[in-house]
Amino acid sequence: MIAGLTWLLAFQILGEVIVRVLDVTVPGPVVGMLLLFVFLRVRRYDDSGSIVRAGSALLRHLQLFFVPAGVGIVAYLGLLGDHALPISVALLGSWLLGLAVVGWTAVGLERLLGAPRDDLPGAGETGEAA
Amino acid sequence: MRDDLLDLARSPLTLLLVTLAGYQAGRWLQTRTGGHALAQPVIVAIAAAGVTITVLDVDYADYRSATELIAFWLGPATVALAIPLHRQADRLKGFVVPLLVAVFVGAATSIVSAVLLARLLGADEALEKTLSAKAATTPVAIALTETLGGIPPLAAVFAITTGIVSAIIAPAVLNLLRIRDRRARGLAVGAVSHGIGASRMLREDETEGAFAGLAMGLSALAISLLVPVFALVLF
Repeated sequence: MIAGLTWLLAFQILGEVIVRVLDVTVPGPVVGMLLLFVFLRVRRYDDSGSIVRAGSALLRHLQLFFVPAGVGIVAYLGLLGDHALPISVALLGSWLLGLAVVGWTAVGLERLLGAPRDDLPGAGETGEAA
Repeated sequence: MRDDLLDLARSPLTLLLVTLAGYQAGRWLQTRTGGHALAQPVIVAIAAAGVTITVLDVDYADYRSATELIAFWLGPATVALAIPLHRQADRLKGFVVPLLVAVFVGAATSIVSAVLLARLLGADEALEKTLSAKAATTPVAIALTETLGGIPPLAAVFAITTGIVSAIIAPAVLNLLRIRDRRARGLAVGAVSHGIGASRMLREDETEGAFAGLAMGLSALAISLLVPVFALVLF
């Protein structure tokens, strides 16, 4: 567990260094994620390894780590109430448009390029078992 | 109440305990309801901690620093999203171009639509700026809002609210939109609702979760690049 966490922190630091040197607004952990992906591919990393065990344990509780920032909602209840309509419509509307555009663009291009589809089992058509 | 006990109630120890206990209660509820979409542990935890700091009259800033121990792990957990992607890497074949195009088009859509919808309904400029990056993961939303001159902590609240809404209804909405491809489903959710959306998809299916994690990362890149460009036109 500790060995795996050490690796994850090391990749995060590497990401942080890169975003600082390049002076970009992308967060260090996102760059760290892309670097770790390359590392796992190159090493043909196995499921029993420490990084997978520690990382999977963290991912099971991903929602927990958002709680401290989410409680900030308490500090802004007044403002949220005063502007409830524009905020809720903008949040929901733009979420729905984004979701539809990403989903449809990906599926549309996939068909256009003739790539194999990867439908949910039981969803009809070429449903492939996981 | 005695002063020393009140101090204890406002200490990091109690605030951490309430946060973890709220999260555990949320997980218990999720299991008890058979994984009902509304039973997201993050909601129960935020409610428990929010009520506690209101009742005990603790400043949000103090709560935030007391729970830094928890928030810290968001970084390594984000790095760990490489793991499901690594395990699902075979499914990237033939999907790289659709994936990249979709994430960039989606990032543009969510930035522009959030600002224009808010403007249409009479929001002021600070609020529009704060809404523009809400589809990105919280640290990106905060950083971009800062450079634009919005309200950074509120940007975090918007990003998290979007994530929670998505965790509750995204799979049902994707069914309504007739998006059945698991890679596209994960991609769409990760692109518009970062880690919280990804956590729901990870529970549903590993392929969906892996692509949601990847989309979260790419979308953070795309939104960081596009927000400053759109800001020139929109504001």
